[in-house]
Amino acid sequence: MSQLHDSLVELIRRTSAEIPDDVHKAILTSLENEKQGTIAANAIKIIDQNIALAKQKSQPICQDTGSILFYVDCPIGYDQVTFAETAREAVTAATKKGYLRQNSVDSLTGKNDGTNVGPGAPAFHFHQHRSSEVSVKLVLKGGGCENVGAQYSLPDDGLQANRDLDGCRKAILDAVLQAQGKGCGPGILGVCIGGDRATGYELSKTQFLRRLEDRNPEPKLDALEQDILKTANELGIGPMGFGGKTTLLGVKICTANRVPASYFVSISYMCWAYRRQGVTLDGQGTIEKWLY
Amino acid sequence: MTKLTFPFTEEKIRALKVGEEVLITGVIHTGRDAVHKYLHEGGQLPDGVSLRDGILYHCGPVVMKQPDGSWKATAAGPTTSIREEPYQWRVIRDFGVRGVIGKGGMGDKTMAACKEYGCVYLHAIGGAAQVLAERIKKVRNVYMMEKFGAPEAIWEFEVEDFPAVVTIDSHGNSLHAEVLAKSKAALAERL
Repeated sequence: MSQLHDSLVELIRRTSAEIPDDVHKAILTSLENEKQGTIAANAIKIIDQNIALAKQKSQPICQDTGSILFYVDCPIGYDQVTFAETAREAVTAATKKGYLRQNSVDSLTGKNDGTNVGPGAPAFHFHQHRSSEVSVKLVLKGGGCENVGAQYSLPDDGLQANRDLDGCRKAILDAVLQAQGKGCGPGILGVCIGGDRATGYELSKTQFLRRLEDRNPEPKLDALEQDILKTANELGIGPMGFGGKTTLLGVKICTANRVPASYFVSISYMCWAYRRQGVTLDGQGTIEKWLY
Repeated sequence: MTKLTFPFTEEKIRALKVGEEVLITGVIHTGRDAVHKYLHEGGQLPDGVSLRDGILYHCGPVVMKQPDGSWKATAAGPTTSIREEPYQWRVIRDFGVRGVIGKGGMGDKTMAACKEYGCVYLHAIGGAAQVLAERIKKVRNVYMMEKFGAPEAIWEFEVEDFPAVVTIDSHGNSLHAEVLAKSKAALAERL
């Protein structure tokens, strides 16, 4: 097997079994905020124990090892075909090792062949750039949180949400309310304002590549991110929807241009089991460094 | 913490209240989307499976075959329960289920069935696949693996001190309904 293959299996293992430090830190902070002895605090304690156990045993943090999303930044001329072929083989190998659940179902026949490979699975997002660096980021996104993602088309009469940032705020907070309990909170929101329906959702997910502690360089979006985080945590939804102070761990928002007729707000929800990792690779496909 | 031990009799279940944290010990079975649809459409449980005074766990585990041929659950947290809402009431009624473990809560039909037939909804910590797999001491059997695939099969587990919170009790109370009403009101004040 090639060096690239081995590197990708290791990337999958670590993504599935080890929570990134920024997320773990946010979870520990949330435990300090919850009142000791409440079911919310006890839930976060179990989450923290789970994080330690998964890492120690090199086993999936969550049994739903999710949609497998590769984000590859590569130089012009990089062989994307070989990368995708190798990544598919690495996914199947990682499944055999138990780093991934047999998690991919043929939508027509209902069959699960146990390989985790099929049409659209895993998903690849390639971006060329002018630097010589090859970076591979991986997100494993579980189905529970994916199911509570939402897309709003503004204006929305029911929410009294107009085509402005206040309307976006209403839509995003409505999504938080609707998601309660279901998406394995405390959650993290990735949001895109604008775009068409498909790019809006796609860009909302790229927000999960940002570190939790980073700040949006656009002041208006930064203010909206901070406001939604604060407001959502005042709603009393809490971890798992048990009630409590921690409903969200982070909010990340981007924009995309839209056509005058459309105004979409696309919201992806990530569960606390926020599996995201990345590496840079050398010319042979060996891991140079870890990105999170 | 309340210890809840097999058999999960109606008396033990009726004594539980919303917000109570429990540790479950005994035999439980998994069943998720495919199993619920199948049972709701009149399918029969395979020979050897009884849910009477039992607990049904909404879970699609990662289970690895061991060198000696036995199975080991290596990741086994709950899946979202609301997808079983159209079917759950009937499964509770027809198969004598006393407890449903899952995450995210369930709706009015399930709540009504819990009240009428004596059943509770037990919320496990979503995503805590390792902590919960550790509490599965033995995989006793698997059924309908060929038909539904590993995550959707019926797995028979022996669990010890499996942690969960009662969020729907058998007296018509739901923590989910309570939190939803409060959070809705809190949001209305902030719009």
